[in-house]
Amino acid sequence: MYKIVAKKELAPKIKLFEVYAPEIAEKAKPGQFIILIIDEKGERIPLTIAGYDRKKGTVTFVFNEVGKTTKQLGLLKEGDSITNITGPLGNPSEIKNFGNVLCIGGGVMIAPMLLQVKALREAGNAVTTVIGARIKDLLFFEEEMKALSHKFYVATDDGSKGYEGLGFLKELIEKNRFDRCIAMGPVVMMKTVCEITKPFGIPTIVTLTPIMVDGMGMCGVCRVTVGGQMKFACVDGPEFDGHLVDFDGLINRQRMFLPEERLSSLLWEKLGGCGCGGK
Amino acid sequence: MAENKPTPKVKKKAVPMPKQKPEVRRRNFNEVALGYTEEQAIEEASRCLQCPKPQCVPGCPVEIDIPAFIKLIREGKFDEAVKKIKEKNSLPAICGRVCPQEEQCQMNCVLGKAGDPINIGRLERFVADWERQKGVTIPEKAPATGKKVAIIGAGPAGLTAAADLAKLGHEVVIFEALHLPGGVLVYGIPEFRLPKSIVQAEVDYIKKLGVELRLGYLIGRIHTIPELLKEEGFDAVFIGTGAGLPQFLGVPGENLGGIYSANEFLIRVNLMKSYAFPEYDTPIRIGRHVVVIGGGNVAMDSARSALRLGAEEVCIVYRRSREEMPARKEEIENAEEEGIICKFLANPTRFIGDEKGWVKQMECICMELGSPDESGRRRPVPVKGSEFIMDVDTVIVAIGRTPNPIIQRTTEGLAVTKWGTIVVDEDGRTSLEGVYAGGDIVTGEATVISAMGASKKAAKAIHEYLMNKK
Ligand SMILES: Cc1cc2nc3c(=O)[nH]c(=O)nc-3n(C[C@H](O)[C@H](O)[C@H](O)COP(=O)(O)OP(=O)(O)OC[C@H]3O[C@@H](n4cnc5c(N)ncnc54)[C@H](O)[C@@H]3O)c2cc1C
Ligand SMILES: Cc1cc2nc3c(=O)[nH]c(=O)nc-3n(C[C@H](O)[C@H](O)[C@H](O)COP(=O)(O)OP(=O)(O)OC[C@H]3O[C@@H](n4cnc5c(N)ncnc54)[C@H](O)[C@@H]3O)c2cc1C
Ligand code: SF4
Ligand code: FES
Repeated sequence: MYKIVAKKELAPKIKLFEVYAPEIAEKAKPGQFIILIIDEKGERIPLTIAGYDRKKGTVTFVFNEVGKTTKQLGLLKEGDSITNITGPLGNPSEIKNFGNVLCIGGGVMIAPMLLQVKALREAGNAVTTVIGARIKDLLFFEEEMKALSHKFYVATDDGSKGYEGLGFLKELIEKNRFDRCIAMGPVVMMKTVCEITKPFGIPTIVTLTPIMVDGMGMCGVCRVTVGGQMKFACVDGPEFDGHLVDFDGLINRQRMFLPEERLSSLLWEKLGGCGCGGK
Repeated sequence: MAENKPTPKVKKKAVPMPKQKPEVRRRNFNEVALGYTEEQAIEEASRCLQCPKPQCVPGCPVEIDIPAFIKLIREGKFDEAVKKIKEKNSLPAICGRVCPQEEQCQMNCVLGKAGDPINIGRLERFVADWERQKGVTIPEKAPATGKKVAIIGAGPAGLTAAADLAKLGHEVVIFEALHLPGGVLVYGIPEFRLPKSIVQAEVDYIKKLGVELRLGYLIGRIHTIPELLKEEGFDAVFIGTGAGLPQFLGVPGENLGGIYSANEFLIRVNLMKSYAFPEYDTPIRIGRHVVVIGGGNVAMDSARSALRLGAEEVCIVYRRSREEMPARKEEIENAEEEGIICKFLANPTRFIGDEKGWVKQMECICMELGSPDESGRRRPVPVKGSEFIMDVDTVIVAIGRTPNPIIQRTTEGLAVTKWGTIVVDEDGRTSLEGVYAGGDIVTGEATVISAMGASKKAAKAIHEYLMNKK
């Protein structure tokens, strides 16, 4: 059992949990993820590590309530426990002094991006950060990110704050010489970033989030095509060279269980599991 | 014994195993074989000739004294019969169900020459079940040695080594990456062949021996083997991580929706219980026309599970012929009785998807058998121009599994073969001091009993190592 020691709501439906997991905290590195299962009947879901405190023995992750499991997770309170957390999983990010780095964090993935930005700064990089969301209400960690970045930009899909969309990146890249780009966020966003950076030849690292079950290389559901080869995101990734990734294949595989996911979420709400009393 | 005079004429026919009827069982996940009653067990045991030089024993990978335990069953001494088996095999309820007896002990039984061999497996299962119902007694443990052993993986190999070492008085901790213990016994072999309550009973037994289970620990990521030895205070390590990496066909279209590796499919159904979706949260989607690629036990288990999940038609596509099928005969028969169709001498060449990215057709090519390959089986060769198309909406790829690679990638100095299996000597010693291995991680995909046999040997060697270590 893993106890939740702190809970925060960062934006509507976006929540942060800090859980007591000293052994995971001891080993966790930026870029890695955990898999949790809320209870015996639950699903195993992967979430990226957004922070760790080795002294306190805690690990932090931030999640977006998109379906049954994440909604159920969101109802847990400080002091509640999660049955099992496995981690750290996946390969850590490559952190060294690359020089001038462009970091782009979208949606809920702004949280783990903050951890990367910290590590990149500590390694001596100059970091330019872009955070993005659908609308301005869904942005979070602005101040924290700004404090760590040499340059800082905001983008929203609807233009309610900062730039509208990611089109401005092209100009940004033309004006600055970036040695590396790191993108974490929704697949479409990472795809767009890669399309923009490719002509400039800037190495671009993306974090792939296919559906996963075991997270240790045993089921193959997380298979993605990278450079024409089949890779398992959980053990070969989750970070890959974005210019080699088949994003459309990934999008298709992420949708595989859509009807079942909807059913699960709907039933749960209908039966009052969400705490609404079945209304 | 006088009252046990040999019957003048040996009964040639084995006592049949009571089973659920095919038309009923094909739609439920309950165990297919129901087990012998006391009378049936005694009757079957009475057929045994008690050979002075039993042929069955050398066929058993752990050399159970078969005639001795059969004699005890015949005399109604079930308690002693279980003890006899447990001298060599600590998981009889499991082995009695899943061992390929027809290729081991039963293949050698003299009665098999002119009739049915003794049903050794069913007798083993009978006494183990009898004991479980009555309540298992925990054996005496040797006094504590003060030595600590880490076991990696809670499959049959890890569980066996843990039990043996705990009985010898060592402090044992099992690290298992998944959230439930049992390895293939819980995530692979389906409920209808091996009820999970039986695996749970074995795990409970091991816990009662004082073994500590840490679930959700992927060794190599959370602790490495050198860290376990140097920082975590363990004196020895046993690796039993199994062969769980799924193989794919490598043909176009394999990433379409509806195409599962057998491991994904079985993990969803068994470990995550998606047959009870949405009560359990993990989904599975089964179409009407399911095709399973492969011819081993894993293919049979996948096909029979798909049927139970409601598929209209399940077809096994295998590239060689029936004779070469590696699955147990009994399971092929069970599958066919349930209405599963086998299509031999065909191999997929590509998958075709619909506009939503879901598989809708599979193109295959016909095969013919050529000259034998290294394994002695005739090599399948494609027949030029013989491609044909099948309508499918679910495909399960069951063409083999290779060793789990994380330990090998994260343990410096550990000798590994080019197939990714760990190199050991006959006692399970690896190239690193104090580190031992056994089971599928050493042999590649094999059997429960061979994993158990290897880990028993390794446990013995670990014990000697610990007792001689200063
Ligand atoms: C390596 C990895 C790291 C991740 N890190 C985070 C994280 O830090 N924070 C976070 O909120 N989410 C993260 N995700 C995604 C997260 O695992 C899913 O959102 C979660 O499994 C959804 O479960 P659910 O039952 O609530 O929703 P479901 O009912 O399963 O799905 C609801 C909706 O979410 C979409 N969805 C499902 N799985 C994924 C996925 N893997 N990626 C994107 N969309 C998905 C579905 O298409 C569907 O529309 C990560 C995924 C991976 C593979
Ligand atoms: C579907 C199926 C049906 C089968 N049917 C039969 C049958 O009828 N009869 C028969 O005899 N055999 C059968 N087998 C084969 C048999 O199950 C295996 O040979 C046997 O389970 C091997 O045991 P093991 O302990 O070596 O490995 P496994 O059972 O694979 O257990 C390994 C365990 O190690 C864990 N692990 C892996 N890596 C790590 C790590 N880094 N850290 C921590 N834990 C880790 C895994 O999660 C797993 O729980 C079948 C196999 C399958 C897949
Ligand atoms: S070979 Fe057959 S008949 Fe002879 S002892 Fe073994 S089981 Fe009995
Ligand atoms: S999640 Fe199962 S192999 Fe990656």
